[in-house]
Amino acid sequence: MIDAKHYNFAFLDEGSKREIRRSILKAVAIPGYQVPFGSRELPIGRGWGTGGIQITLSIIGKEDVLKVIDQGSDDSVNAVNIKKLVEECTGVELTTDSEAATIIQSRHRIPEIPMRNDQILVLQVPTPEPLRIVEPKESVTKQMHAEAEYSGMWLSLFEDLTQYGEISISSEYPVMVEGRYVMNPSPIPRYDNQKLNNSDTLYLFGAGREKKIYAIPPHTDVESMCFEDVPFKTEDFEGKRCRLCGAQGVYLDEMIDESTGEKVYECSDTGFCRGRRERGA
Amino acid sequence: MAYVAVTGGKEAIEQSLKLLEIFRQSKEDISVSCIKENMGLLVDKIMSEAGFYSEDYAALALKQCEGSVEEAVFLLRAYRSTLPRNYYSLPVDTGKMRILRRISAAFKDIPGGQILGPTYDYSHRLLDFSLMESNDTQKAQEPNEEAEKADGSDIHCSRVTDLLKEENLLEDVAEDNTPPFDVTSSLLTFPAPRSARLQTFARSDAGFLGGVAYSSMRGYGAVHPTVSELRSGYAEVCIPYPLDEEEEICIGEILVTEVEALVPSHTETDEEFDKMTLSGGYGLIFGRNENKAIAMSIADAGLETEGSTPSQDEEFVLTHGDCLEMSGFISHLKLPHYVTFQSKLDRVREKEDE
Repeated sequence: MIDAKHYNFAFLDEGSKREIRRSILKAVAIPGYQVPFGSRELPIGRGWGTGGIQITLSIIGKEDVLKVIDQGSDDSVNAVNIKKLVEECTGVELTTDSEAATIIQSRHRIPEIPMRNDQILVLQVPTPEPLRIVEPKESVTKQMHAEAEYSGMWLSLFEDLTQYGEISISSEYPVMVEGRYVMNPSPIPRYDNQKLNNSDTLYLFGAGREKKIYAIPPHTDVESMCFEDVPFKTEDFEGKRCRLCGAQGVYLDEMIDESTGEKVYECSDTGFCRGRRERGA
Repeated sequence: MAYVAVTGGKEAIEQSLKLLEIFRQSKEDISVSCIKENMGLLVDKIMSEAGFYSEDYAALALKQCEGSVEEAVFLLRAYRSTLPRNYYSLPVDTGKMRILRRISAAFKDIPGGQILGPTYDYSHRLLDFSLMESNDTQKAQEPNEEAEKADGSDIHCSRVTDLLKEENLLEDVAEDNTPPFDVTSSLLTFPAPRSARLQTFARSDAGFLGGVAYSSMRGYGAVHPTVSELRSGYAEVCIPYPLDEEEEICIGEILVTEVEALVPSHTETDEEFDKMTLSGGYGLIFGRNENKAIAMSIADAGLETEGSTPSQDEEFVLTHGDCLEMSGFISHLKLPHYVTFQSKLDRVREKEDE
């Protein structure tokens, strides 16, 4: 359907791709800072990962190997749909093996197997502004970042603590990057926040609708915001294991076994789970 | 099992696309030129919200998506992203447009006269059952003399606001030749330059813009303007001649609707009140798109006033009216949110355990 006569390699015209790459370079140079960019419209819903796709399309070359996941799954309709678009307009090789991929685009998860520094993880972001929960206006939040004025954010965490006895944010838990910028890690679970810190890989975050790109370069200091006496807590899967591969200590999807009506668990990262089963682990 | 829905994604999508084809099929296939000619106002709406002037492609998009406005806008916008920007046009002089329709609600008698043109305004909205039976296939062959006469080629009028300028009744606005802000290539920042506002409104969802304007007129805001002039017609688009910047080449015409609305300028002191003049709101929309153009002029004027209503909040009105962005973000809720929901459940259950 995407023919070379009507469409360029990687869909966007070369000028647009170059412009987006420049924004990415700026984002890498200022970890955690949201770089505004001229977000282009794509053939996929705006709000369905177009920021991530624009990054992928701008950095991808013919030699790249791409993996796309949604909720950790390679086979989710949205992941399949994005993969299909990129494949049709680039012809690159696709994989479900996170270790074989050079670029991984993801929504809501970071793969279980730690990524290397010759790989890039592209995360799709719905709401890039972490301060949106305390201030709806962009003009105000921009200034708050400039002045590193994060007392409103700290206060909201503290209020949460006094009201509920703990910080009630579930996913999309804000982080402090290199002690300078408060950043929204995208709606990954708290369990994945730790993978952002001092990682070997480059993380790129794209928000298409909100027209922002930001980055965490390798070996950046990334801390989940919390108080000295109230440690940061990830989701609790203690005593639970994947019913397919038996993995423990990974992020699990919960489901109901139709025949028994019991609660059962499977790895959220389907590529990781399949790999374990294939190796007979 | 509820989770089956997301495995086998590839096959599910293929089957879904097949079904879509079946839903789109009909006994009588409608041609792109037929859509373009019979659904002109719909084509205009699509072009305006897509920010992309091509009647053929707008009609093609409509054919491809069962006539859904948001899908058609989506198709055009996505295609637009693939096109390199080769030229920027010179400012379009809408004062010189050849006019199809032109009215003023401010003055009865205007130089050039009131030209009602094609409008539904004074039609009775009675279903015309004769259209159920009519077969118009012959029409195309017969030259339509009346239609040829009504191309506006002989009508050029000066602006109504020129009259007011002569009397010094219009607020003095200095000519501003700074290059316009382009919201399609840069992120809008606030306060936004007026060019960014106008561009955003011109591409805005007609329903959203109508709601903003209506709220302002009804009382959540302050603008109930007089339409100094509404005109629809063809305006020439020219680009600088690449080999000689002094010369220009006309690359075609666009059909546009333009509105200049007048409101008393903002005054705070008695002295200012004595010198009160009229200021304007401006609307310019692709195609014959009158209500959107008027709504745009009200929304524009509304941002010049101060207050706490939604229509006076620049960031609010400029960031929530894009057809593609709103429909994209609303529809993304149909995507799986298992991981984040699991995380939420973890929090809620922890509460219960305590």
